Amino acid sequence: MKDLTIRVCAGPVGLAVGSQEVIDSFTKALRAGGLKGKIEKKCVNKTGCMGFCAKDVLVDVIVDGKSSTYQFVTSDMVSLIVEEHIINGKPVEKWLVSDDYHAFHEKQTKILLKQCGHIDPEDINAYTEIGGYKGAEKAFSMKPAEVIAEVKKSGLRGRGGAGFSTGQKWEGCRNNKEKTRYIICNADEGDPGAFMDRSIIEGNPHSVIEGMIIGGYAIGAATGYIYIRAEYPLAVERLRIALEQARKKKFLGKNIFGKKYDFDLKIKLGAGAFVCGESTALMFSIEGKRGMPRPTPPRSVNKGLWGKPTVLNNVETLANIPLIMLNGGKWFASFGTPGNTGTKVFALTGNVKNTGLIEVPLGISLKEIIIDIGGGVEKKKRKLKAVQTGGPSGGCIPASHFDMPVDFDSMKKAGSIMGSGGMVVMDDHTCMVDMAKFFLTFTKDESCGKCVTCRIGTKRMLEVLTRITEGKGRKDDIDLLLELGFTIRKASLCGLGMSAPNPVLSTLRFFRDEYEAHIKDGICPAGVCKAMRRYKVSTELCKKCGKCYSECPSEAITWEKKKKAKIDTSKCVKCGACYETCPFDAIL
Amino acid sequence: MSVDKRKQILKKYHDEGGSIISILQDTQDMFGYISEDMVFWLSGELNIPASNFFGVATFYAQFYLKPRGKNILTACCGTACHVKGSGAVNSRIRADLSLTEGENTTKDARFTLESVACVGACSIAPVLVANSKVYGKVTPDKASSMLKEFKKGAE
Repeated sequence: MKDLTIRVCAGPVGLAVGSQEVIDSFTKALRAGGLKGKIEKKCVNKTGCMGFCAKDVLVDVIVDGKSSTYQFVTSDMVSLIVEEHIINGKPVEKWLVSDDYHAFHEKQTKILLKQCGHIDPEDINAYTEIGGYKGAEKAFSMKPAEVIAEVKKSGLRGRGGAGFSTGQKWEGCRNNKEKTRYIICNADEGDPGAFMDRSIIEGNPHSVIEGMIIGGYAIGAATGYIYIRAEYPLAVERLRIALEQARKKKFLGKNIFGKKYDFDLKIKLGAGAFVCGESTALMFSIEGKRGMPRPTPPRSVNKGLWGKPTVLNNVETLANIPLIMLNGGKWFASFGTPGNTGTKVFALTGNVKNTGLIEVPLGISLKEIIIDIGGGVEKKKRKLKAVQTGGPSGGCIPASHFDMPVDFDSMKKAGSIMGSGGMVVMDDHTCMVDMAKFFLTFTKDESCGKCVTCRIGTKRMLEVLTRITEGKGRKDDIDLLLELGFTIRKASLCGLGMSAPNPVLSTLRFFRDEYEAHIKDGICPAGVCKAMRRYKVSTELCKKCGKCYSECPSEAITWEKKKKAKIDTSKCVKCGACYETCPFDAIL
Repeated sequence: MSVDKRKQILKKYHDEGGSIISILQDTQDMFGYISEDMVFWLSGELNIPASNFFGVATFYAQFYLKPRGKNILTACCGTACHVKGSGAVNSRIRADLSLTEGENTTKDARFTLESVACVGACSIAPVLVANSKVYGKVTPDKASSMLKEFKKGAE
């Protein structure tokens, strides 16, 4: 063996399930096997998210150019891998990834994530070796207007959710007479169920920094800010390391890339307010104020941070910029569909078999994402019900619509939004009224309180939803929800308020029968809403295991060995412990 | 609270405008929470009205005006965690710590249970963070045994 590289996934999930221990074990085992001296370069690398988080810790072992991937690696498996695979040249078959791993990747097009999961995010040389900062170098050989033209040619639309043309935004800022301008990276990824931006920053922080340098040059800014959530300590740490390294290489600072041009970046930590993902609120927060949105216009490209023209771009948008510069706008536009060019990163989670971080060309169908990449529903015997996109501002799209293409315009038409890229799959054990309640609880808490419709409207909507899930729904509650929803949408100032009713309105559109079942029949069809549950054991499905019997806190279940369980409804407190526990879904 | 420690915080933001949030964040890192005394001290030193500090501190969820427990448990309540049963995990922890409604810190101030909208580790939902270490695929039983271990280990 001449050459050896080991890549260990150190993304958010990888780290949570022990990748640091795995890395340490590899280093130790290699040294114990006397290999460290033979292989000159540093061969154990930590990388950002490799994508298929459900199988973490993932490890690539590359011996003389031949790569094998191991799944579910723990530190006690390492010594055998080193001995069998690296020393004796025989990969440990039983721990290698299986067919589903390859199926997961088959329909994906990785241009942005290609580098995440391959390079060491804490080493700038790993990034420059694969062409990093070459895009910025090229941009600096062009005029700012030419850079903007190239970005416009790519058709890139903002990946934060609204889908506004990035090139146009830059041009709008550039055209201001005011010479002090700012560029901001919005890394305040607040949507629950979304971790794309986090993974990009943790996996390849330099791509975002390079994107900001190019953007800064194009609009004529001398200072940039990265506004990032404090809930992502690792991403912040890696950004700090990356900034330091970029300064040392003179990619940031005075007279960068040999031009008479100064540019530097600052990190600002968020403090836990979802509304600060909204552009004007975010800028107030950077100024150290309460993050409350203001009316637009003036738009922030004209009057933004400290009242100066400001461009605010999302992490993924900025990470695309170096690639566009390097390969050309035409190349980027060759992915996806006209009007919706390029790829999009999604965080695929929920009741789906293959959870993880995926990148697909825009225009792909939901079915391809959920069935082909996601592997379909997680638990046997359950059915796919819907997918939630766009977080609290988005909506639920039912399984019957899974043929629709995923792009900015189609998603909007279906009553949801593309959003920043969270996709939470739900099976038939998810109650849509409960789901709407979940999101309303979130938006009610996160409303900044400025607009009456949002502050009080979301509270009233939540009250109505709560009483429906408690079995106390009234006949005209659905009409009341619709009325409240449309009013909040019309009369609120910012994106948070305007989209707050979406989770309710979209579930009402596709799952109205479920609301009606709650109100008229007093039944929760998915069996989630506790107050409406009447538990019984299915005599067909019960396998006599007795698990429900031992879980029941109120001794309402009778069971003996080899006999089916029975529930005494008079003793049942409807806690749902049996329902959750039953391995056979035999509790109805 | 020593004066030197407090001054350390201010030194860092000497010449920058708009640093109220950063100053409060550093204060909290250093002292665990933001006390009234501290706000009035900052207000005097910087010649910024105390109401500005309180306005910011009450707006953002991450600031605490009361001391917290020694050990911080953060339950993720994101969409993926919700769909996968974070509710049951939460109720179990509350029961195990004997927290009554509206109460987040145990009487002996050893544990504080908080919730967060999403920690971004949705693939291993439901997620529980205990003193910055992330635990995935938590079930009520797993949470209970974790707490037991934790109680033994923590003072």
